[in-house]
Amino acid sequence: MKRSLILSIGAALAITGGALSGQGTAPAIQFDSNPAPLTMPDNIHLGEVAGVATNSRGDIYVYTRTGNPTITIGTARAVSHGGGRLFQFDRSGKYMREIGQGLYGFLQPQQVRVDAQDHVWVVDQMSTQVIKFDQSGRVQMVLSRKPEATAVPTPRMTPLPTNIPVIQPEPAPAGAGAAPARGGPPPGPPGAGVAGESFVRPTDVAWDAQGNIYVADGYGNSRVAKYDRNGKWLKNWGSRGTGEGQFNIVHGIAIDAQGNVYVGDEGNKRIQVFDGEGTFKTQFQNVGAPTALCITRGAQQVLYVAHTGDPDGMEDAAIYKVDLQGKVLGKFGSAGKLPKEFGLVNSIDCRNEHELLVGELSNWRVQKLTLRAAR
Amino acid sequence: MTMLTRLFLSAAAFMMLGGAPLIAQTKATAENVPIIPHTSVANFFKLPSDLHFGEGIGIATNSKGHIFVYHRSGDTRLFEFDPNGTYVKEWGVGVYGIEFAHQVRVDAQDNVWVVDEGTNMVIKFNPAGRVVMVLGRRPEPVAGAVQTNFPPALDRKYGFGRPTDVTWDAQGNIFVSDGYVNSRVVKFDRNGRFLAQFAGGERGEGPNQLNTPHSITADAQGNIYVGDRGNRRVVVLNNDMTLKTMYTNVGNPWAVCVSPGPRQYLYVSNSNPDSNPAASWAITGEIYKMELDGKIIGRFGKAGKGLGEFSTVHEIDCRNPDQLFVSEISAWRAQKIILSPQKMQTSSSAVAR
Repeated sequence: MKRSLILSIGAALAITGGALSGQGTAPAIQFDSNPAPLTMPDNIHLGEVAGVATNSRGDIYVYTRTGNPTITIGTARAVSHGGGRLFQFDRSGKYMREIGQGLYGFLQPQQVRVDAQDHVWVVDQMSTQVIKFDQSGRVQMVLSRKPEATAVPTPRMTPLPTNIPVIQPEPAPAGAGAAPARGGPPPGPPGAGVAGESFVRPTDVAWDAQGNIYVADGYGNSRVAKYDRNGKWLKNWGSRGTGEGQFNIVHGIAIDAQGNVYVGDEGNKRIQVFDGEGTFKTQFQNVGAPTALCITRGAQQVLYVAHTGDPDGMEDAAIYKVDLQGKVLGKFGSAGKLPKEFGLVNSIDCRNEHELLVGELSNWRVQKLTLRAAR
Repeated sequence: MTMLTRLFLSAAAFMMLGGAPLIAQTKATAENVPIIPHTSVANFFKLPSDLHFGEGIGIATNSKGHIFVYHRSGDTRLFEFDPNGTYVKEWGVGVYGIEFAHQVRVDAQDNVWVVDEGTNMVIKFNPAGRVVMVLGRRPEPVAGAVQTNFPPALDRKYGFGRPTDVTWDAQGNIFVSDGYVNSRVVKFDRNGRFLAQFAGGERGEGPNQLNTPHSITADAQGNIYVGDRGNRRVVVLNNDMTLKTMYTNVGNPWAVCVSPGPRQYLYVSNSNPDSNPAASWAITGEIYKMELDGKIIGRFGKAGKGLGEFSTVHEIDCRNPDQLFVSEISAWRAQKIILSPQKMQTSSSAVAR
């Protein structure tokens, strides 16, 4: 494990140098930051901010890794609890309430998104679940199922030889990590997943105009899974690899008004674009290693992409503004802990094209970024 | 060296140096050290009936005399007390980086910093109790329980491996002793950006190596004092992370503290091991008071469970050089210790009587 980590960091540093020089032409976007836009109650602390999203009223949802994820001893198995909390704030950043307190699927937050009808969806990497809440904060639908037991240490997934700047668990025998809870490894190529749910460390969710659901799945699998609006499985696409339509950590997903699907392929340092049926259309290889995606609304849609180039969020980071053809319109920010710096951006809300909310893992915060018009 | 060999060596080192009963705590070599008379304030800390101390791991005061105790109770918890020892409140409930206490320190601006070896994190709270900066990163729970006895990550600037302590110089630069897995001291600027490190390679006993740096403190000139516990020495570093000198005669330093003010003193605890091997009580447990240049002024205390005795001192607060606070692992407690250096007798005069 240690060796693969060291190799991966070394490679990441090497790649970083190249990537920086290759992307030096992107125009810098001037911006300001409010590094503390949320007002917290005295007894609540944000942890790693995995997800931040707004609804149509401007309410802000934050899905955060906080508290201690715990394991208790059950009938010959370890049962996992806690570690994730979902908070709602009003548009001024004032704390409103907690949603889903003690929920079965809250273990290791990965993302929160709000759909066109203001339903709130969270993605939990460790419970492997996508959970849909109605506007009142009640669970309305659940995709995938939390494993009944947690092995300690957990079963390992099988990563590709990779430059991915994240700490990977130790490799396991082929197929072991991608296997569903019961039975052997699924048929088909590695990472293709099963026909149905059974996500393995999923990362993100998006919808098209018809309400079909697309799940980025994820670290363990390397696929996009598509469901109808009622949660009925329609299709999968993708497997682990470097070719077109293959992925190495699917770390984000966003859909434009035409129904094109933009997939953040972090380990391969690219965004792949598909039609709604999973047919490969093009790829953007000029935006670093994408860890968060957001497409704006409105007539002239643009894509924001967070790039994370080192495992600590201290060496190499930026957010790119890209048009839907992949042309870089500008970039801003750098790695670090100060305002206007980024520590492992995991989520971007871009309901307002010029006023972004950004959630960071290693800095335990949300920043509100105001972008100035290009000169 | 192969990975496997390194793993075994490292695991062996952990058996020797970690919390395991095999810890090689040794008698200090300093001889004829004068005794500084001391007393312990009985029942100083007054806890609500439903709260209990666990292992007393960290203790520190702020400029207003409030006392912070970071301890391993059922959960690791951070309690604040007023200058009279009355419980004020708990800090950081549910904070993501609080799992297994190692140290608490208060900086010159009264920010409260905790070092947590269960999450590999250093967390800075502002005086109001809100998290304002974190260093290091908790391993993601989805990765499962992370082994702690693997070889250190030699090329990482930012990732900690069971860090132990934190201190600052007058400019606000941050120094972290790191720790049980890594065995180095790291210097960051005030915003958490890496500047330099000492002993970034393999652990060992060489002059530029450390073997479980367990405690760290700074003097007004920015010199850094490291309790190099496994090597039985206090390592003094220049501010740029180069070796200045070593003090090798005060046993295995579990805790170091430099007092503030124009005349600074260094306190070093040769703590009795937490597993209380029988033979250790006769030769360990005392705390030394030293000049910054290493000259020993005196010592006080001995191993034991009684009031004024010490049960594995894990941190010393010396904001007032004659009113120390100590936290102890084995006794699940903290004590307020009053020193009376003015009543000190030299060992020669004691013999003359």
